[in-house]
Amino acid sequence: MRYNERELLSLARQPAEKAAEVLMRLPKKGSVLKKRLVKLVVNFLFYFRTDEAEPIGALLLEQCRIIKEEENVFSISFVEEPERKYCFECDSEEQCQEWIEALKRASYEFMRRSLIFYRNEIQKMTGKDPLEQYGISEEARFQLGTRKQ
Amino acid sequence: MKLNERSLAFYATCDSPADNAGFLYKRGERHTAYHRRWFVLKGNMLFYFEERESREPVGVIVLEGCTVELCDSAEEFTFAIRFGGAKSRTYVLAAESQAAMESWVKSLSRASFDYMRLVVRELEKQLEEMRWRPAGGCGGCRQLPGSWKSKPSGLERSPERPLALPTVLPKENGCAVWNNMPGADRPPDSSSCGGYDSEGNPQPPPLPPRRRALSSEAGGAGVAAAESTSIFCRLHEQYGQEVARLRQDWMEKRRGPRP
Repeated sequence: MRYNERELLSLARQPAEKAAEVLMRLPKKGSVLKKRLVKLVVNFLFYFRTDEAEPIGALLLEQCRIIKEEENVFSISFVEEPERKYCFECDSEEQCQEWIEALKRASYEFMRRSLIFYRNEIQKMTGKDPLEQYGISEEARFQLGTRKQ
Repeated sequence: MKLNERSLAFYATCDSPADNAGFLYKRGERHTAYHRRWFVLKGNMLFYFEERESREPVGVIVLEGCTVELCDSAEEFTFAIRFGGAKSRTYVLAAESQAAMESWVKSLSRASFDYMRLVVRELEKQLEEMRWRPAGGCGGCRQLPGSWKSKPSGLERSPERPLALPTVLPKENGCAVWNNMPGADRPPDSSSCGGYDSEGNPQPPPLPPRRRALSSEAGGAGVAAAESTSIFCRLHEQYGQEVARLRQDWMEKRRGPRP
């Protein structure tokens, strides 16, 4: 699949929501834990060799599951291939929980659902649609129960 | 750089909501011929397929940091997705009608993650303020920062990415902002699908992280507890006043009408 790598690399250099050195293992068979710098920027998780400026790779965090594995460890897997797990070992249980929380909130889809929920709540309380002032109330993506066009 | 392409392809074709979809002509990079492709916009990712029925996209344009502009072109209904870097490619696209072009320019201009995040935060704040105000207060009427109004012309910009969030939350009115993003006290199966209960009602976003600090023994309790205490005091006082009022009403009713 073609993609605009230059812009993605530029995104990887932006200030991170969260960044840390952790041990990471790819889902490939025979992979071992390796020390990596992971960096959360918008809905991408970039991972770098600790001494390199350019990331080795990026994970788009949509349609994914963040699961607590054993102590200090969590995994990211994707809905269409749940057995293929990217594993991350943190320094502490606390750091592990912080990453799980941050990653679960990191998807665009999560934000969309939150927006729909808040919109609904505000509308119930005030009778007014809070999105009207933004001029986006008719957009399909913000409707309750929106599914594929 | 490696990308989780299989997952990207799944995301492009799964039934998560698309923010826009339709045929557009895409101008080639080296050769200036236009190719008709089926485009699907989901969030900040613009996928394009050879055909509408194709099972996998040909490519994707990550839209973070882009600006969307109308084009001065011989071709009708053209617009461009432009990026900031010196050697960045500009994607020139052409729609099949004026209406389609305007629709695409609008949705692409609002596609950035930060735009969505700002709208969510704004609504979150509104909701919190409404819950704090006594009944009868004007909760929903807020003035918009001008930059968020949709512009009638075609020239739209995606906002620059703001700096990363500070680790200590800024305080408003002496109390911490309730949360930046809904917290992650999620039920086990909710991180991807779901978000709706069995009746199709939207599920609430998870509790903000601060509430977890109340019940957990883990660190960070100091700041979180202090903030929670002041919020709790406010709540306590507010409910207390309400209870006092109700009690008074009830007592008066018991005494019966005054002579």
